[in-house]
Amino acid sequence: MKDQIPNFEKGVLVSINNLYKHFNVSGGLLDQITFKDGKPSRKIEYVKALNGIDLTVQRGEVLCLVGESGCGKTTVGRTVMGLLSPSSGSITYQGKRIDNLSRNQLLPYRRKMQMIFQNAYASLNPRKTVAATLLEPIRFHKPELSNNQHKEKVMEVMESVGVDADWGSRFPHEFSGGQRQRISIARALMVDPEFIVADEPISALDVSIQAQVLNLLSDAREQRGLTYLFITHDLSVVEHFGNRVAVMYLGKICELGATKQIFLTPQHPYTRALLNAIPKLGKVKYSHEKMKGEVPTAINLPSGCVFHSRCLHARDKCKSIVPELQETPSGVQIACHGVVENWF
Amino acid sequence: MVLLSVNNLEVAFPLRTGTVTAVRDVSFELNQGERLGIVGESGAGKSVSAFAILNLISKPGYMSAGKIFFDGICLSDLSESAMQQLRGNRISMIFQDPMMTLNPVLTIGTQMEETILAHRKTKRADARAIAVEKLRAVQIPSADTRLKQYPHELSGGMRQRVVIAIALLTDPQLIIADEPTTALDVTIQAEILELLLHLCSEFNMGLILITHDLGVVSQVTQRVLVMYAGRVIEQGNTSSIIENPKHPYTQGLIAALPEMTTPGEKLNQIPGVMPTLQNIPSGCPFHNRCKYVQQICRTTVPKLTAQDSRSVACHFPLEST
Repeated sequence: MKDQIPNFEKGVLVSINNLYKHFNVSGGLLDQITFKDGKPSRKIEYVKALNGIDLTVQRGEVLCLVGESGCGKTTVGRTVMGLLSPSSGSITYQGKRIDNLSRNQLLPYRRKMQMIFQNAYASLNPRKTVAATLLEPIRFHKPELSNNQHKEKVMEVMESVGVDADWGSRFPHEFSGGQRQRISIARALMVDPEFIVADEPISALDVSIQAQVLNLLSDAREQRGLTYLFITHDLSVVEHFGNRVAVMYLGKICELGATKQIFLTPQHPYTRALLNAIPKLGKVKYSHEKMKGEVPTAINLPSGCVFHSRCLHARDKCKSIVPELQETPSGVQIACHGVVENWF
Repeated sequence: MVLLSVNNLEVAFPLRTGTVTAVRDVSFELNQGERLGIVGESGAGKSVSAFAILNLISKPGYMSAGKIFFDGICLSDLSESAMQQLRGNRISMIFQDPMMTLNPVLTIGTQMEETILAHRKTKRADARAIAVEKLRAVQIPSADTRLKQYPHELSGGMRQRVVIAIALLTDPQLIIADEPTTALDVTIQAEILELLLHLCSEFNMGLILITHDLGVVSQVTQRVLVMYAGRVIEQGNTSSIIENPKHPYTQGLIAALPEMTTPGEKLNQIPGVMPTLQNIPSGCPFHNRCKYVQQICRTTVPKLTAQDSRSVACHFPLEST
């Protein structure tokens, strides 16, 4: 498969348009009231998790979302899946808008979109056998099939993810971490989806198991023609697995493009700092591109470029004007005044 | 000069279902100012080995065999009160999650002074001065105001810096850091590791770094122990082990890293999982996952034997490439 997208019909599968998601964190009425000079005033605070995200996922590709904790990458995944509703903006699946649908209207899409979570132990029901967990989605989404057909499907999918089909009567606690993650991948595959959102699927696993699960995910993609939105903080996995990568910082995309290009010549100062921070084998001394300060809270976003308070190259312009995502000659989209105007 | 020497350490946990030996026959030495890494998967026994040094193994576990010497003192013979004198004083510890390590209801200042007053006869004001000095050593800006803050007011990276500052308060000769950066973001991890490296050389401190991340080990440590199913399977100079692993498990771990494969191609996975401590197979504990397995591997446990500048526990160690 190398870095081109396998031979499936190309085209946009999912598109995220100008997505905003703000969480109200002001609490109850009494928490909101503050007194200033003896006068009460009401203060409503929002965590601004996503601030205008534009992304398209092409059919058949692996699009990776990377960034530090709190940058909003999981929120993007959950909003796309319809687990959170956007504050504004829209999400379309094959050209049809899905973010404003009712639960019933969303059902046909649920069958096409599935999610894999980070912690397989938390996302599998501890009181259900593996077979029962796997039967549930297919019984719900494909009631027209017979009971035997359901069970055959369970066996078939369990085999395909490398879990012995005879173990269907066991409970999640009887499996190792890697096996459990295979089972949650199996659950996602049960309804033959087209699109999978994988939220840090290997972060909780041991090193030798990570490789097994990643290989399983790429096998499943080749055999079933899946499209992945792959959320991770691990850049070495991105380099290996992703066709394209979107680097996020404080609810904004700062760099978006082909993985190969971004790893070869990262341009946004944040991407450069992130790439330099990966501890590599053999390279002994640290020489990473530094950032100053710390991630600001998403409640009070910095004005202008969200990254300016940590950027070593920031100028006055960065403090006042928000940089738009622009395509550079290398085909990568970057939101940085410095890159566009050649400051570096 | 040898600072710490661990000889044939064995730690056992008597359970209802029978006694489980978590760590067997672990021996290593650490020189003054040396940085040693212990790597392995979860359950390999890396934390237990390090905790045994400070007699911090949780009950019912106990050290069933072996001797540990620190600066000439036999730690396994010490009484609990003598151990308390040493623990957090000459040997400090840094844990994985700083939010769990720090007391949420005490200010940073109180927690730091407490540590000093427990080990030194000194005035509170002097203790405060030491606290400020150490906060500066870990590059925390405006140390005076930080002393009055509570842990929740600091970011994750800052908290871990505070934990390191607390470990430094008594000018220890050895720091044991158990996955100190696992809970942190990569960019913060890079800063913390750089800080640890800098502090070790500045104060000539020994460091035992427990981690599962081979990249981290290769950046920070000079020597490394690779553990598998409670045993040390390979130990020696970090860069020569990373460049040229001789044990098939070490080789497999390194080869499985995404950076070792061309993007887009299949990763080199090690089949199977590490056995649980209750069902360690006979012979070499790695034999049922090993692609070079022979008959002898199934029956005889390989001894850790010296090979050039390192030791390997394998009947058929890989040739240098």
